[in-house]
Amino acid sequence: MAKITGDIVIDIEKCKGCEVCNTACPQEVIGMSKEVNSKGYNYAIKVNGNCVGCANCAVVCPDGVITVYRAKV
Amino acid sequence: MTETFDKPEIRTPENLVYSKTKVLTDNVMSYCPGCGHGTAHRLIAEVIDEMGIQNNTIGVAPVGCSVLAYNFFDIDMQQAAHGRAPALATAIKRLYPGKFVFTYQGDGDLAAIGTAETIHACNRGENIVIIFINNGIYGMTGGQMAPTTLPGMPTSTSPYGRDTQIMGNPLKMTEIVATLPGTYMVTRQAVHTPAAVRKAKKAIRMAFENQKLNKGVSFVEIVSNCNSGWKLSPVKANEWMVNNMFPFYELGDIKMNGELVK
Repeated sequence: MAKITGDIVIDIEKCKGCEVCNTACPQEVIGMSKEVNSKGYNYAIKVNGNCVGCANCAVVCPDGVITVYRAKV
Repeated sequence: MTETFDKPEIRTPENLVYSKTKVLTDNVMSYCPGCGHGTAHRLIAEVIDEMGIQNNTIGVAPVGCSVLAYNFFDIDMQQAAHGRAPALATAIKRLYPGKFVFTYQGDGDLAAIGTAETIHACNRGENIVIIFINNGIYGMTGGQMAPTTLPGMPTSTSPYGRDTQIMGNPLKMTEIVATLPGTYMVTRQAVHTPAAVRKAKKAIRMAFENQKLNKGVSFVEIVSNCNSGWKLSPVKANEWMVNNMFPFYELGDIKMNGELVK
């Protein structure tokens, strides 16, 4: 069976750090950064490489900052 | 240098699963972190994008947190006087019957000052889509009690909770308009989880499809959080919404194809 892998790109300048994506992710890929963006929010970051590209994070993101890619390897 | 876990090799256009629709502008939304308004905006924009009606849609922005909605949608928009969005939408739809017209209103707009306009537009059966964002509070002005505030819910003007003996009962606008003959589809959705978002998008899509068929008012209520007004973190606000708002404002379809379903 082909393995599915995914990747997300987070627009950290637009992220407001609400953490809704964090709870929506089934693979626990998303965490929050210690650094802040220019507006002072702790933005979302990837904390592991387990993303499968389900797009749950992007679907719940209120600000639409997440772009999702999925590929078979 | 910390590890980034990036996989640049799969970031190709054919592997793209999800990106922000072009119907939303690149402006940063003025909403608080975690606010359901942003998700609701995106769903409407995605439906407009998928139906290919970007050049053929006119939106009406309300007064409230979403007063600046015209900055975020890349479509023709107007901004109505407080609560008068259904009246303005009526005029637009009658002058341009071929355009898709929707209003986007909060509970302080639609269920308080705009009650008359909403009920009469729904009763006349104007061929418009009404998107109603219900968070049980006046968010923009500082979290005052709204007609939709739950019994016992603390707000800045009811700090000990809403006492229904003195302050009256919450108004279920969605159930009220469902009883009117002019509404074709009335549904209540939420946008707090991926499953709920996908369901809400289907409902909004159906509402716009109904407008194409000249069926009358399609009314979509979206129960949303107001984490600033409720004084909770976004994730906690969503939990509070599930535990407190949903038992009172039950999710689901109330009227489909002109027939009450519950």
